[in-house]
Amino acid sequence: MTDKILLSRMEAHPADSNTIARYLDTGGYTALRKALSKMEPADVAAEVKASNIRGRGGASFPTGVKWGFLPPDTRPRYLVINGDESEPGTFKDRMLLERDPHQLVEGIIVSAYALDVHQAFVYIRGEYPKPARRLQRAIDEAYEAGYLGDDILGSGFDLDVTVHLGGGAYICGEETALLSSLEGRRGEPRIKPPFPAIEGLYAKPTIVNNVETISNVPWIINNGGATYAAIGPETSSGTRVMSLSGHVNKPGDYEVVAGLTWRDLIYDIGGGILDDRELKAWVPGGASAPWFVPAEHLDTPVTIDDIAKQGSMIGSGAVIVMNDSTNVVGAAHRLVRFFSHESCGQCTPCREGTTWLERILARILDGYGRPEDIGLLLDVSDNISPGLRWPPAMTTICPLGPSATAPVVSMMRYFRDEVEAMIPGGHGEVADGR
Amino acid sequence: MSSTWSTENQQRAEEVLGKYPEKRSAVMPLLYIAALEHGYVSNDAMREVAELTGLTSAQVQSVASFYTMYYREPVGKYVVSVCTSISCYLRGADDVLAAIEEEAGVLDGETTPDGLISVEHVECSGACGGAPAVSVNWELIEGLEPDKARDLIKWLREAKPEVVFGDEMQLLFGGRPSFDWGPKEIEGAIAPLPAFSPYGTAKGEKR
Repeated sequence: MTDKILLSRMEAHPADSNTIARYLDTGGYTALRKALSKMEPADVAAEVKASNIRGRGGASFPTGVKWGFLPPDTRPRYLVINGDESEPGTFKDRMLLERDPHQLVEGIIVSAYALDVHQAFVYIRGEYPKPARRLQRAIDEAYEAGYLGDDILGSGFDLDVTVHLGGGAYICGEETALLSSLEGRRGEPRIKPPFPAIEGLYAKPTIVNNVETISNVPWIINNGGATYAAIGPETSSGTRVMSLSGHVNKPGDYEVVAGLTWRDLIYDIGGGILDDRELKAWVPGGASAPWFVPAEHLDTPVTIDDIAKQGSMIGSGAVIVMNDSTNVVGAAHRLVRFFSHESCGQCTPCREGTTWLERILARILDGYGRPEDIGLLLDVSDNISPGLRWPPAMTTICPLGPSATAPVVSMMRYFRDEVEAMIPGGHGEVADGR
Repeated sequence: MSSTWSTENQQRAEEVLGKYPEKRSAVMPLLYIAALEHGYVSNDAMREVAELTGLTSAQVQSVASFYTMYYREPVGKYVVSVCTSISCYLRGADDVLAAIEEEAGVLDGETTPDGLISVEHVECSGACGGAPAVSVNWELIEGLEPDKARDLIKWLREAKPEVVFGDEMQLLFGGRPSFDWGPKEIEGAIAPLPAFSPYGTAKGEKR
């Protein structure tokens, strides 16, 4: 039983964990040799399915099930690795790319073999040139060693990998927007169905997986899917890298097994609250996720399902901690401003709604809030995502707009009195009773 | 073909075009190379990328205008990007931005009259664990406090480095990073573009 899968090499060998020499010296590319010499592609896919690993990009969709959606035809097909990591609070893929890029490269080759893919792309956000350089060097080393290119290790399997940098757009982390961007278009999400597995890059069958998800594949092949599935709770198997930021004493990326409590994560692993202050609230899974508060959630378990049952999500594993010095309107404004800036503009509820939420929050923050703004914030949110529930009702092509309502609704649910206190004359009854 | 481009940049363009099954996919990398050629994504740059990819200028412009990293107006030799999203905000990013604006003598979105420094706020830089974070030509500095941010601006103004290296700036001005950065990085940025070798914007360290 292991408690570290993804970070063990970089922690043991901080000086050179990114090099092929160190990777080979620590068991690297054994999964590739095993897969190519002893396993059929379907066997590899079966191990990944048996691992029960769920996508680490945000949606937590089971990877093996996603792979199973590829149609059994002979059209060219693509594997695209999503390294557009842009969700506020998230910085785990950056570390995996910089510090252990060969782990990802091996995962890509093994996954491509399983999926009968001969061209893979890694889409990395434009603000990540260093991670892209580290990955490109690893890819160059892998070509030299015969792990990439034609007839890999004499198996007859061919694969090329291209690294593609984005241009600064959060929305390209949404898989269909990413594909639009990779095709040289504006990064606008597409209506699903068709899902990428059926009609993806260049309208060909395409699998899009997150950097962290695919970085787990070598371990899964070396140790078996069942072994991976046995780590942690049944529906949150394996380890995951959680990014801790905000008001904790020890922010950072931590690889954890699901099932610990928020108290363990924030106080033990995160070293407690900055400036010895009280914990006020935290965002459990990236900027899109509804907030948690200590009175209700501190001793509940960190698993995909437990978080979902309580009306939020583990998302990209980004935990943003706020202590009691935090102005909740300021925090909500900063989160909503992000979504407003990053809206691609295709769908009216998102384009207009996020803009207005940002403006209303800004005027409250500036001391010009109106008593009716309380109801107005909820009304605009309700127009973006009717019912204000989680997972959100969708009025838009992608979840960006609905996600922008999460901080507003959270702020109102837990800290309405603080919002009202910021509005001149705002402590009276308001028309909207929610 | 954009015969006005330097031979080096033409070769880069050819290399990038060879990496994709369809030429259109090369638009974004080619926009970076065009920006390197022209100093920013000018109308000429977009026309040339259109020629290279078989698209219309309007199509290329629609792409360039969608993303924030294609500067369609001239920018400084150094673009200083201050992350002001939630995690950096909680750790004092607004004070860092104010310090940088004051030291550089320009506001968010402006360039110094000598064309040396542009200041901008950006949305999440993916350095939340090392907040507050700032980058210069997309080379990152984590844990940058306001006083050190002023020092950074002074250093850029006085040293005028031809290549900016994240590691060097982190050592000089940075604080606690998101994670152990590991081995020293050997490439840096020569222009306000992501320094990635295939796009021709990275340069190895001389030392």
